[in-house]
Amino acid sequence: MKRFLGFVKKEFLHIFRDYRTLFILFGIPAAQILIFGYAVSMDIKNAGVAILDLSHDEITQKLTDKIISSGFFKRTENLLHYNDIDNVFKKGKTKAVIIFEEGFGKRLYSEGKASLSIIADGSEPNVATLVTNYTIAIVNDFTMELAVPALNNSIRIQPEVKMFYNPNLKSHFMFVPGVITLILILICALMTSVTITREKEFGTMEVLLVSPLRPIQIILGKVIPYFILSFINVLLILALSWFVFGLPVKGSIILLLAECMLYILMSLTLGILISTVSKNMQQAIFISLIGLMLPTILLSGFIFPIENMPKVYDYVSMILPPRYFIVIIKNIMIKGTGLIYIWKETLILIVMTLFFIGLSVRKFKIRLE
Amino acid sequence: MKIQVITVKNLVKKFGSFVANDNLNFEVFGGEIFGFLGANGAGKTTTIRILSGLSKPTSGEVKVAGFDAYRQTEQIKKNIGYMCQKFSLYEDLTVKENIILYGGIYGLTKSLIKERIAELLAKLRFQEYENRIIADLPLGLRQKLAFSVAVLHEPKIVFLDEPTGGVDPITRRQFWEMIYETAARGITLFVTTHYMDEAEYCDRISIMSEGKIVALDTPENLKKQYNTATIEEVFIKIARPGSLHPHPPVPFSQERRG
Repeated sequence: MKRFLGFVKKEFLHIFRDYRTLFILFGIPAAQILIFGYAVSMDIKNAGVAILDLSHDEITQKLTDKIISSGFFKRTENLLHYNDIDNVFKKGKTKAVIIFEEGFGKRLYSEGKASLSIIADGSEPNVATLVTNYTIAIVNDFTMELAVPALNNSIRIQPEVKMFYNPNLKSHFMFVPGVITLILILICALMTSVTITREKEFGTMEVLLVSPLRPIQIILGKVIPYFILSFINVLLILALSWFVFGLPVKGSIILLLAECMLYILMSLTLGILISTVSKNMQQAIFISLIGLMLPTILLSGFIFPIENMPKVYDYVSMILPPRYFIVIIKNIMIKGTGLIYIWKETLILIVMTLFFIGLSVRKFKIRLE
Repeated sequence: MKIQVITVKNLVKKFGSFVANDNLNFEVFGGEIFGFLGANGAGKTTTIRILSGLSKPTSGEVKVAGFDAYRQTEQIKKNIGYMCQKFSLYEDLTVKENIILYGGIYGLTKSLIKERIAELLAKLRFQEYENRIIADLPLGLRQKLAFSVAVLHEPKIVFLDEPTGGVDPITRRQFWEMIYETAARGITLFVTTHYMDEAEYCDRISIMSEGKIVALDTPENLKKQYNTATIEEVFIKIARPGSLHPHPPVPFSQERRG
């Protein structure tokens, strides 16, 4: 045990003595949270919309005011003809055109439904989706308000579930869980794989293997410091998102931390696995960055919703641990649900962790021979 | 009667169909400086890995420090020291921290480590370097320190795998003085080297070629037997009998060092 503690201490010394490692460990997560929270904000603010009101009645006027005064949109132009639509998009400032059909108000009262078209500028797909979603949400809100005084149940209400848990439509609520997911897997896997391959490259691994330290002690000695530091990292990110963005953890904080530990452990074992297959540090870094960061960003549901992906990517993303952790952490942080709703994802992560441990122990042994 | 600290009988190690060690037989005695020579890929590293408990023999009897290389590798590891050609100290730790680390790994008590640090630094005239990180030290000093650390726990046998690679002649000379001193304390030294003048310093040398030991005797006897002036000539005569033919591909475990 004493042997082992000395070894763990040495690992801490490595980390604290290397400013780059410290920066990667603590600087990058903080920077990521702030960048994703502020700069890459997916909120829309003052997106340009043009209105083509063919009805000009009280209802369309009210609805237009509601849309424009929401803060998400600003009116760029009032159009008179369908023919103007193409032109107004070409000017570039308008992201969407909202069209009220002729006799909009009259139909709404007499037939219980009326048509409104939203034409969005598809050359910016993300903005287009957001703008249409926001508009639909506002329109739904409006129909609900209208339905109560009119006592007319036949006015159709289309629920928009996506924004239910994020009523202010704040996107950093969505980003913080994603960033935690990304940072943890990156740092844990990258750091452990680099630190083990570094020993291999410098030849110190040979000396350690020849020493009375058991291979399992060597691996644990490498993993424990990063486990502790990554856990501190989680606390740091949560604190940062609380103080900077006011993002609360709705569910049980203990459950959240326990799930984070599981995910950290999974990432660390993944890092060990990477180190057993890579010959030097460059390779380990390459595999960690390309093999983990890109799929995590693109396929885990962090930025692009999995529901909107082609089926093939959906299947590919099933082997990515971050996909499950994002569900877990979003559920706990934003919806405040308990273990009952996320036991399946938790179980998958546990199985994955065990699988990686088994595989890397086997690989490590083969390498020894 | 000299005590055998390493006994190898009919050792065979195979990687698939490739035979890395082909029926080796030799003994190493207590306090001896044993030179283990051979061209790159001759199978030296495979043998050292087996002797140091890293890898298990395919067949044959191997005893190191009285322990069996099949079942008692843990015991073997506690009783040997190891220093490889690649530098074995941590460059970002200080001299003192490195000594504490290795002392701790080999289970020395804190007070004993302290004592050894003082002893060692005084002997190497190293005191002013105690809190310097290894990366700041010249290569020669590092090499000497690495050797001192390898014998810190007073092992029965120390394996030195090309310990003087890339070191200047003066440091090499000082290094060999340290080796002699260590041998005089009764510690056995098992040395591989590519410098043939160093081979002359050994008590006995063995020369390996293509997985077999082709010569084993004192440097004097070998020179007489092959009628040459230096070990280098002996080596060239026998170590690469088939040097015109390329060697078979070696498995990855012995790729880097010969």
